[in-house]
Amino acid sequence: MKKLSVGLTFAAAVVLAGQALAFEPTRPVEFVVASGPGGGTDNFARTIQSIIAKHKLMEKSMVVLNKGGGSGAEAFLYARKNEGDPNKLYFGTNNAYLLPHVAKLAYSMEDLRPVAALAFDEFLIWVKGDSEYATPTDLIEAAKAAPNKLSFAGSQSKDTDETLVALIEQTTGTNFKYLPFNGGGEVGVQLAGGHVAANVNNPNENVGQWQAGAIKPLCVFSDKPMAKSDPVHDGKGWGDIPTCASSGVNIPSYKMPRTVWTAAGTPDDAVAYYSDVLKRVSETPEWADYIRKTSQTGDFMSGQKLQDFIVTSEKNAVGVFEAEGWLVK
Amino acid sequence: MENFELLMGGFATALTPMHITLMIVGVLLGLIVGVLPGLGAPNGVSLLIPLTFTMDPVSAIILLASMYWGALFGGSTTSILFNIPGEPSSVATTFDGYPMARSGQSTRALTLAFMSAGIGAFVGIVVITLLSTWAARFALRFGAAEYFAVYFLAFCAFVGMGSASPIKTAVSLSLGLLLSTVGMDTVTGSLRLTFGIEALLSGVSFLVVVIGLFGIGELLATVQDGLKFRGVASRIDPRDVFKTMLELPKYFTTIVRSSAVGIWMGITPGGPTAASFMSYGLARQWSKPGEKFGTGRPEGIVAPETADHSAGTCAMLPMLALGVPSSATAAVMMGGLMIWGLTPGPMLFTTQPDFVWGLIASMYISNFVGVILVLLTVPFFAALLRIPFSIIGPMIVAICFVGAYTVANSTSDLWLVLIFGVVGFVFNKLEFPLAPLVLAMVLGSKAESSFHQSMIASDGSLGIFFSNYLVGSIMTVALALLIIPQSLKFIKYLRSHKNVDAAA
Repeated sequence: MKKLSVGLTFAAAVVLAGQALAFEPTRPVEFVVASGPGGGTDNFARTIQSIIAKHKLMEKSMVVLNKGGGSGAEAFLYARKNEGDPNKLYFGTNNAYLLPHVAKLAYSMEDLRPVAALAFDEFLIWVKGDSEYATPTDLIEAAKAAPNKLSFAGSQSKDTDETLVALIEQTTGTNFKYLPFNGGGEVGVQLAGGHVAANVNNPNENVGQWQAGAIKPLCVFSDKPMAKSDPVHDGKGWGDIPTCASSGVNIPSYKMPRTVWTAAGTPDDAVAYYSDVLKRVSETPEWADYIRKTSQTGDFMSGQKLQDFIVTSEKNAVGVFEAEGWLVK
Repeated sequence: MENFELLMGGFATALTPMHITLMIVGVLLGLIVGVLPGLGAPNGVSLLIPLTFTMDPVSAIILLASMYWGALFGGSTTSILFNIPGEPSSVATTFDGYPMARSGQSTRALTLAFMSAGIGAFVGIVVITLLSTWAARFALRFGAAEYFAVYFLAFCAFVGMGSASPIKTAVSLSLGLLLSTVGMDTVTGSLRLTFGIEALLSGVSFLVVVIGLFGIGELLATVQDGLKFRGVASRIDPRDVFKTMLELPKYFTTIVRSSAVGIWMGITPGGPTAASFMSYGLARQWSKPGEKFGTGRPEGIVAPETADHSAGTCAMLPMLALGVPSSATAAVMMGGLMIWGLTPGPMLFTTQPDFVWGLIASMYISNFVGVILVLLTVPFFAALLRIPFSIIGPMIVAICFVGAYTVANSTSDLWLVLIFGVVGFVFNKLEFPLAPLVLAMVLGSKAESSFHQSMIASDGSLGIFFSNYLVGSIMTVALALLIIPQSLKFIKYLRSHKNVDAAA
């Protein structure tokens, strides 16, 4: 009995101490962005910054720092150098845990702690507006008839886009050419200009060209169709696009998470604090607006759920990398 | 004519007291970030973006765009006065601007730069106004091979008739190409030449190298010359500003040619930096004989400045109409556009006419405001050169290092500035040209990726560079620019040899 009461007192003391010591940033919080200014990750971080500032969700101010070198590896190397610093947040995608598999880098997942994932960007197959391919099957059949002739454009090399194209090839037994460009906008224009056969851009990278009818979507890599929207072109909106799995390309789901991290060694209460702030960000109308405008899927994840998601997502990607021979030892 | 009506509507949007205030504030802020090397327009614009979240999109883009124009103007100031380019696109202005200022004509150099910049911008905006729809469609025709052809043309135009010895030019060019490969390669996704050094992961920043080569290099040379500023006695007379303006009609052909280059490179989109280099190269080849380029020739200032600004303004077109930014600043503005909820693309002109035409109208006004503001500052800036070296020298060192640090907030860049300062000094003493190195650093990686992409697309056949009229003609012009001057030189050389033989 006595032991128990000592235990209870101790527990109570810890709780009280925990409350008294509840984490607050001690300096302006650095938002380290794993992309250059103007990229998708940059918009993600700056939107969060503006929402936190508008709703005063944090006492301290925020400074955005772009470290986009090496496809974003620069940001995560910076995390390694700042181990245990609770005043820095890192914004990325799945590149945080996939980059070390394809490039020889001086950081690993051990150097990062996940805080939250706030949104998922969708991937679609797009072809030129006046293209003969009306369904994904048409495109696949054409690729089978002429192996290594049709080209997919995408952003960067061995990144999300090329991984997805490799996955399409592995699933359907086809061979495409993959042409890497610098960013989604360029990739969209290459398709609109008819210089490539298709691309796998995210919705907001291609919506401008779709509005003009220069390109059209064939299917979306998601287990269910996207949220209904106003018509974009020719009476069709995002919700009218069939899923790829239901139209002949059996990849049930492929999405890119927008993630927030801290450096390894950051105290638990700091991670909990940021995760709570981000949770509240994800519940604001401005956030809903951002999700709608960029046609992403909003889904807040943290803690164990996020851990599990990362483990599965990493395993799937590494499987593709292995088959393509991209893994670095 | 429809465009004209829309433009008038745009003026109605842009000409409100609030928007005019925003333009003046934007241009002034831009001037400040432009003058400080390192803290260029992209940094300045991204710092302002959070402030614009509460504004309506037209006001926001007017503020950001005005800042961009201001930065373009400001970037030329330090190029001319201290040989330190404030912006990547004003590197070519240093070649003749700095020597002219050194010879005591800083007012003339600055006025020439600002006036031709203003004219270039004006021509660019007129083109946007008249040809917006056509130009956007033209840009769609550019695939990887066409891009490579454009970069190749820029190289050829610039290198074709270099005044330095061809071997020294080749050394300088190769060094630049080598430096441009450091870091992650877009096409293969692998790291190159980083030697496991983290600081090299994002490559060697072009701006840092330029600050070292030009800023610190020049300073070292001055110190060696015995601690005096060459050509201190610069006469400053506000009337010089007007005299110089009257000089401008003499450079009519240069201005027309440079605007055309700028417009083309802005739309396609090769970017303002490539445009200014190419235009400088062309001016050097085609100008009337006279004093040598690189010694303070007026065309050497007019050409890059006109092209820089017409490209800068035209670069807004691919950003708005295609969602492809042709400069770092345009990329940041495009990010802002998406945050404000606008989608860049061919339909933006139809769905958001108020926004697009408000912006275009504001470009007329804010560039006009910009020219007036910078011309007012000319006497003050020109007076800076009168300050004794013992005071201004250390300040330049401080500005160089602070500027290099602000590029990426990285301390390793400070070492790079120092190293390239020494390289710049040694190159100067050994008479190796710096310009090819800089050009190769700017365009090298872009040219390489588009070459690589073309090779993937064509399964390794060089025929892709002559596969249609567009790419074929660009390549032909490029090769002609490279070969003709050299063969002319060679023929001349043979002839003079014959004469010598005959005389003997």
